[in-house]
Amino acid sequence: MVLSSADKTNVKGVFAKIGGHAEDYGAETLERMFATYPQTKTYFPHFDLGKGSAQVKGHGKKVAAALVEAANHIDDIAGALSKLSDLHAQKLRVDPVNFKLLGQCFLVVVASHNPALLTPEVHASLDKFLCAVGTVLTAKYR
Amino acid sequence: MVHWSAEEKQLISSIWGKVNVEECGAEALARLLIVYPWTQRFFSNFGNLSSPTAIIGNPKVRAHGKKVLTSFGEAVKNLDNIKGTYSKLSELHCEKLHVDPENFRLLGDILVIVLASHFGRDFTPACQFAWQKLVGVVAHALARRYH
Repeated sequence: MVLSSADKTNVKGVFAKIGGHAEDYGAETLERMFATYPQTKTYFPHFDLGKGSAQVKGHGKKVAAALVEAANHIDDIAGALSKLSDLHAQKLRVDPVNFKLLGQCFLVVVASHNPALLTPEVHASLDKFLCAVGTVLTAKYR
Repeated sequence: MVHWSAEEKQLISSIWGKVNVEECGAEALARLLIVYPWTQRFFSNFGNLSSPTAIIGNPKVRAHGKKVLTSFGEAVKNLDNIKGTYSKLSELHCEKLHVDPENFRLLGDILVIVLASHFGRDFTPACQFAWQKLVGVVAHALARRYH
């Protein structure tokens, strides 16, 4: 699965539009993921996952920053996320299925806050981008 | 049998009560065909699917989307017997239509995104939970009679 130049333009456009809200989107993505797919909480036994949790907010910020970084280096996502990829392979070992779940929740957040932004074409590009990020983060698992 | 809490039932029916089945159905199916283009394999007789614009404007896509979401309404009306509700449809999708059940999961996820875009803040995390659960149960019921 390859990102076309139209896909790249669409993705960059999304993150430009989201701008400073990226951190909030990250936090809400995690909140939705934990609520919708409770099994994802198993990776955060050390977190307070209650509503408004500072830890979830902080972690959402990190997740958003990584997505922004990937979008800013969309011609070389593997390079941009190389360290994160190592981390996921060696330490975190989050099962690959969960990246899809996170992706779904991120799309829901964008859709609910910015329905006009998520046209079918942009939806397709963003979905591809999120898949690509997941692929990079699990690339070194075995 | 799937257990639905009173809250889940309420979240499902309150959203469903405000859904324009024709519009949402058309949009969900169009997005499925656009976001996951390989799903077009089932619709070779639908005419022009050559671009997102063509897909969105395609009257067969709109009509079929409406049909699919109308059928989804049966699940909402029969939450306590979704398996029974879709027994015949499951056989049809296996024996006549030859649709990989994975496609039901894909469409379910797309439907959730369409609902989020229509309902915005009202599509709370609790709402999303109930609806992801529902689309999962529907997908499972449609796959149940496969052999």
